[in-house]
Amino acid sequence: MTAPNLPAPSSGTAPDGTPSTPRGLPHRGGALNPSADALAERFGDAIVRSEATWGETTVFVHVESLHEIVRWLHDEPTQRYDYLVDVTAVEYRDAMRPIEVVWHLRALGHRRFLRLKVELPKRGTLIVPSVIDVYCGADWLERECYDMFGIKFDGHPDLRRILLWENYQEGFPLRKNFPLRGRFSRAEQLKQALAQDPEARYSMNELTIAEAFDSLPEDMRRRLAADRARTGEEGVE
Amino acid sequence: MTETTTRRTIEVALGTSGLDANGMPIRAPLVVQGHNAVALEGTSTFEPELDSDHMLINIGPQHPATHGVLRLVLELDGETVVRCVPHIGYLHCGFEKIGEYRQYNQIIPWTDREDYLNSPGNNVAFALGCERLFGVEITPRCTVLRVIAMELSRIISHVVWLGTTSVDMGAFTPFLWLYQERENVYNLLEAWVGARLTTSMTRVGGMAADIPDGWLDGLRAFIKGFSKTLEESVKMLETNAIWAGRTVGLGAMSAEEAVNAGLSGPMLRASGVAYDVRKDFPYMDYETYDFDVPVGTAGDVYDRFLVRAEEMRQSIRILEQAVRRLPDGPVNIDDPRLILPPKHKATSEMESMIHHFKLVMEGPRPPAGECYVAVESPKGEKGYYMVSDGSAKPVRWRIRPPSFVNLSAIPRMVEGHLLSDVIAINASIDIVMGEIDR
Amino acid sequence: MGVTPALDRRVVPVDPKSQDGWVTSRLDFLVNWARAGSLWPMPFGTACCAIEFMSTAASRFDLSRFGMERLSYSPRQADVLICAGRVPYKLAPVIRRIYQQMPQPKWVISMGACASTGGMFDNYAVVQGIDTIIPVDVYVPGCPPRPEALMHGIIMLQQKVMRDRLRDGTLHTEIEPDPTSQLYIPPSRIDELSEPFGNSVNQTRSNP
Repeated sequence: MTAPNLPAPSSGTAPDGTPSTPRGLPHRGGALNPSADALAERFGDAIVRSEATWGETTVFVHVESLHEIVRWLHDEPTQRYDYLVDVTAVEYRDAMRPIEVVWHLRALGHRRFLRLKVELPKRGTLIVPSVIDVYCGADWLERECYDMFGIKFDGHPDLRRILLWENYQEGFPLRKNFPLRGRFSRAEQLKQALAQDPEARYSMNELTIAEAFDSLPEDMRRRLAADRARTGEEGVE
Repeated sequence: MTETTTRRTIEVALGTSGLDANGMPIRAPLVVQGHNAVALEGTSTFEPELDSDHMLINIGPQHPATHGVLRLVLELDGETVVRCVPHIGYLHCGFEKIGEYRQYNQIIPWTDREDYLNSPGNNVAFALGCERLFGVEITPRCTVLRVIAMELSRIISHVVWLGTTSVDMGAFTPFLWLYQERENVYNLLEAWVGARLTTSMTRVGGMAADIPDGWLDGLRAFIKGFSKTLEESVKMLETNAIWAGRTVGLGAMSAEEAVNAGLSGPMLRASGVAYDVRKDFPYMDYETYDFDVPVGTAGDVYDRFLVRAEEMRQSIRILEQAVRRLPDGPVNIDDPRLILPPKHKATSEMESMIHHFKLVMEGPRPPAGECYVAVESPKGEKGYYMVSDGSAKPVRWRIRPPSFVNLSAIPRMVEGHLLSDVIAINASIDIVMGEIDR
Repeated sequence: MGVTPALDRRVVPVDPKSQDGWVTSRLDFLVNWARAGSLWPMPFGTACCAIEFMSTAASRFDLSRFGMERLSYSPRQADVLICAGRVPYKLAPVIRRIYQQMPQPKWVISMGACASTGGMFDNYAVVQGIDTIIPVDVYVPGCPPRPEALMHGIIMLQQKVMRDRLRDGTLHTEIEPDPTSQLYIPPSRIDELSEPFGNSVNQTRSNP
C-alpha cells in the first residue's frame, strides 16, 4: 500500500535521537516502550500482558494494582510519566469482551507515550481506582467517563455527571445497550429536560453553606433537599 | 439581611457601578453593607470580614463573554472570587456515540463541528488517525497540503481568539480588523473545498480536492496582508496600559501545576513548559520545517496573549516554507480500497464500479486495532483515539479535547481574583464549547 | 437570486365600514417600519452557526445596515432571538427561559439545520428543532448558513414584521405552556416533528 519512494520506516525517533514523523509502523509486534519491560520487572503479576499496536504500547494491568502502578510511573525518575493525557473507556460490540478502561500517559521529559488498560467484566461492578491524587487533571476526565459509561472511580471527591444533567434518567449513553436516539420518546425527553430548573443546579457539595442551611431562604432549602433526595448524595460534612 | 457571624451564601445581583468618586475603577475589595457594595477605605489587600456575606453569582450558560454555553457559579466575597464551579455539558451532542454509527469518511463532517474554529485542523487530525489505523502512508503532496491546512486553521482560530478576547476586554476594533482577515481565509477555503467554516477537507487516504489553479497566489497574497494586520492588532494591544493592566499577573499557573493538570497548547507553554506536539511527537514532517515555539515565563493572561500572537507569526513562517516546497503529484493515494475511483472509470470498468459500490455502501474497513493520534491544535493537544474491530464503523471514537482539560483548571486560576478578572482569565483559556461538550 | 420565498397569504380581516381604516393602516406601516428597521437581535449562539453569525455582524456582511448591530445579550432588551447552533436537551430549559424573558413583540429566527430540525445530530442529546420548545418565525437552512443566507432570512423576517396588523389581537400573545409537562405543543406532535427523515432513517445501525 505504501508508495515506493517514501522514506524508510521510522518509529518516531531519527537515528540521532531527535523526534521525527513515524512512518511504516507495524500493525502488531513492534518494539515495546521500555516502560513496559520496567513495569513487568517491578510489578510482575500485576501486569497481565503488553502489546504494541501501530507503534503504541498498551499494558494491561489488574485493577487492584492500578493506582500503585500509576503512582510508580509518575514518581520513578526513570519513568516520570508526569502528564495524564486521557482517561476513557472502550466497550466492544462483542458481548463476551470486557469493558476496558484506558489511561493515556505521557512522559514529557523522556518523550514517551504509554497506554494502560484495565479490563472489567461487563456483568460485574464497574469500579476502578481514581488517579486524581496523582494527576489533578483526572478530575473532569473521570467524571466524564462515569457520565458516559457508568464506571465509578473510587477516591474521586465529587463523582457526578458532567455532560448530562445530574439526574439524567435514561442511562449511560456510550454503553452499547443504549440506543442512539435514547430510551425515551422525544416528547418524554423534552419533558424531562424542561423539568430541570436552570437556576436550581447547585449541589450541596459546591456550596459552603452546610452550617448555614437553616438560615437559607425557604424555597432554596426545599430545592436543595429535593435535589439531595433525588441524586442520593450525602451531605457535605 | 441580618447581622450574623456565620457565613451565609445568598443570591443577590451585584449592585455597584464599580467606580469610585473620580470615575476610576475600584480595585479594592468591595463589601456588602446594607443594600450596597462599598469599598473599605485604606485596604489594599483582601481581608475577609467576619460579618461579610458571600454572594453567589451565576454567569451563563447564556452570556456574551463565556465564549459559548459555559456556566460559572462564583462565590464572591465582595468582588473577590472565593470559589468557582464551572458547569459544562450545555452543548453535549453525542459526537462519540454517533461516531460508532458512521463510516470513517462519514465521521469527517463531525470533526468539523466539534472544534468549529479549527475545522481544517480537526479534519487533518482525524484523517491522520485513520491512516495510522489503516496502516497507509499519504502522498508527499497531500502531506504538505495538510500542513498548509493546519497552519491556516491555526491562524484563523487564534484570530477569533484575539478578536473575541479584545471584545471581552472592551477593545472592539481588533475584532473587525481580524475578522476581515478571516474572510480572506474563508475565500481561500471556499475556493479549495467549497465551504467557509465546516470544511470536511480530508478523506481517509487523501483530501477531498486538490487546490485549484492560482490558489497558491491567493495564499501568498493573504500571507502578505495578514502579517500587516496582525502586527497592527498586536501593536495596538501589546503595550496598551489598559490591556497590560488587565492581563498581567492574572490567572498564573506554575509549570508543575500546569503539567499535572494536563494543560496543553498556549496555556502550558505560557507557563514555561516547552511542550508542543509538533516538536516532541512530530507528524506530517514537521521536524523538517524551520519554526520556533514561543514559551512564556509567568503563565498569566498576558503571556498567553504573547504566545498566541507569536504562534501566528510562526504559522506564517511555516506557510511560506510549505508553499515553496509543495511537490507535484497525486493528492490521494492510489488504493482502490480507500479512495473512490474516478467517475469515468467507475462507470466503465467493472472492477472500479465494484470498488465504488463497496466504498460507498460499506465504507473502508481497517484491520482490527487501535491508535491514538495527537496533533497540536490551536487550543492544545488534540487527540483522536480510535478502536476498530475490523468493521467499517469504529467501535470507539474518543476525542481528547484540549479545552476540556484546560477549562478544568479554571477554579484554580480564578480563585482570589476579582469578578472582572474571571472574564479575562476565561477568555485566555481559548475554549470552544463544541469541543468541550462534544 | 434563486428561491422566491412563499408569501404568507393570511387574510387579515379589515372592516371597510370602519372609520379609522386609513389611519390604522398608516399607523401599522409606521410601527412596522420602525420595528423592522431596528430589530435588536439576541444572539443565542451555541456552536458553529454562532461563528457565521459573528461573520455576518462583522465588516464584510455588516448587520448594521439592518439596524441590528446592537446585539442584546439581555433578553429583556431584545426583539428577535436568533438561535444559532445546536440545542441539546440540557440547554432546552435555558432557551425556554430566555424566550419567556423577552418582552412582546418578539420573533425567533432559527439559524442553521441544527436549530431548525436537529440537523445532523439525530441522537439522544439534541433537541430535534427548537420549534418543539419555542415558536419560530423564520428558519434559515444551512450548516452553517452563509451570511447571505442569514441576511435572506432576516429580510424575510422584516417582510413578516411589515405584515403585522395592530388590530389583529392574535399576534404577539404570550403562549402559556402546559403546566405539568411544560410543552407548548402536544407530545404526539413533537414526536411527529422529531421523526427521522431522509438518510437518517437508515443510519442507526452500529454493526455494519
